Amino acid sequence: MGITFRKETFRDDFTFKNSPEHIRRFPFPFHEDAYMYAVNIEPHVVGPRGSVLENLIDVDEHYVAEMQDRALVLAEDPLRCQSLPHMTLAGWDLLELLMEQQALGYPEHFTLTRDGDRWRWINRPLGIDDTFTFGDTSTLPYGPMEYITRQSQGDFCILDQRDGNLWMDAGMVTTQADWSLDFDIGMNFFEWHAPVPLAHEKGIFVRALKFLTNIQQGKPARRLNWTMTINPRLDTSPENYHKWGPDRATVTPENVGDKVHLRVELQSFWRLPRSNGIVFPIRCYLIKMDELATQPKWARRLHRVIRDLPDELANYKGLTRYRPALVEWLSKLDDGSATSQGFGPD
Amino acid sequence: MAAKSIISRPVYGTLSPQPGKHHLFIADAEGALAIAEMAGRAPPGFFGDAEIVFIPGPHGKHTAALEALKSAQLHQAPSFASLLPRLRQTLANAHMGLRLYLAGTEGLIGQAMQVALEAGIDHTSIQTEHRGSLARRMQCVHCKGITENVTTQPATCAHCGLLLLVRDHYSRRIAAFQGVCINAEDRSEIPPMEEIFR
Repeated sequence: MGITFRKETFRDDFTFKNSPEHIRRFPFPFHEDAYMYAVNIEPHVVGPRGSVLENLIDVDEHYVAEMQDRALVLAEDPLRCQSLPHMTLAGWDLLELLMEQQALGYPEHFTLTRDGDRWRWINRPLGIDDTFTFGDTSTLPYGPMEYITRQSQGDFCILDQRDGNLWMDAGMVTTQADWSLDFDIGMNFFEWHAPVPLAHEKGIFVRALKFLTNIQQGKPARRLNWTMTINPRLDTSPENYHKWGPDRATVTPENVGDKVHLRVELQSFWRLPRSNGIVFPIRCYLIKMDELATQPKWARRLHRVIRDLPDELANYKGLTRYRPALVEWLSKLDDGSATSQGFGPD
Repeated sequence: MAAKSIISRPVYGTLSPQPGKHHLFIADAEGALAIAEMAGRAPPGFFGDAEIVFIPGPHGKHTAALEALKSAQLHQAPSFASLLPRLRQTLANAHMGLRLYLAGTEGLIGQAMQVALEAGIDHTSIQTEHRGSLARRMQCVHCKGITENVTTQPATCAHCGLLLLVRDHYSRRIAAFQGVCINAEDRSEIPPMEEIFR
């Protein structure tokens, strides 16, 4: 039995929501009642059935709607997808990875057949059936990275590895939490992370870079990151901040449950075989407070995390304006009782 | 000197003579003085293999200090834009052994480095020394327009008119600091504009 893809929007009337099964599989990012940066990287191995880790590249009920939203973003702003000239081979590496993983995890929706360099890719949810020559860009309607990432949930950054550093030299970035690929493309690992507060001083990026430059083929790694978004809007880019920023001033104690969303990024890191680059998928999951509150443990824990978050972090994550209303709303769901260890719901 | 800041913000050094076959200096205004001071530390005959390209700027000073160096070539340009075709041609025809030295305002250093990067020169091999104005080149993240010589915080985008926070986040590829709408969440909030990049 395949996935039933929802018809929904991430803009205008915001009809996005999670089914009850998808609420329970939400990757809640807090394993304890407090949050601070850590190099929380672990091997990206298959997790329990029914979780977002059931497959290493997750496809869910939002797939078709997310791909439609991406197409809208790219039509408005083609600079969201860029690849420096030396990154084409890495794009082919990524195409192979995503086709293989999606076909492996969801054979009812995706099929990849290979006859030497002649490949046939069938994507049933999007109605695509293309035959092309692997390595020959003229046989695809877009460059390889753009072609496959128009068919894969999440943002993708491809990092070139040289001089002991990682360089943000290609990417498809339409669902980002307030950073600009167009501005950051060509920067090294420390440069594109430069605006992040506190973490440099803690040595986070030095250790993370050391880990990432040593990632081996076939041994991907992952971490979770999080922020919050008002309305289920995928495109919270700096480019459009003047359009979505006013949403933050619309939060009231009455509409917190519907408007405020926890936004979790499942970031994974994969060595690419031909280019020796690293691909860094940033898969975004959204859940509104009303949905999150159906799991009492998560509501209690989120209350404590948001209430106790250092101001500098709250500011960086853009929470400052509506944090009081959110904490007040969550406090009513927190009876002070202990929360169990680990991420999952009780 | 620029204050300590975030990692993407460029840091500049002091020009020093590098081993090489040919030396290309690009400077504006008070950047000429950085070259003249470096000359005191250079081996005899160093400027015999050097070309200096100089944009004197509005005050038109410091040319004499450069003439005194007796470089193989001294070219003066009225603006960076007017210099671009020549610079691109020089870098496209350059051979191994060319060393690049940039001195003067941040805008000059940034734009010259941008052209050098496009020509395939590694930014870490380029000597830089900041002299003069701290006015910034700023790219509006919203409309992508570049505003030159930004001295205030916040600053108005010369293209789309949004009021922008001038961040320290800097792109060598674009040769600009990033400007992000400072009152996106509530346009009625107008923070005072202060002159801070001088």
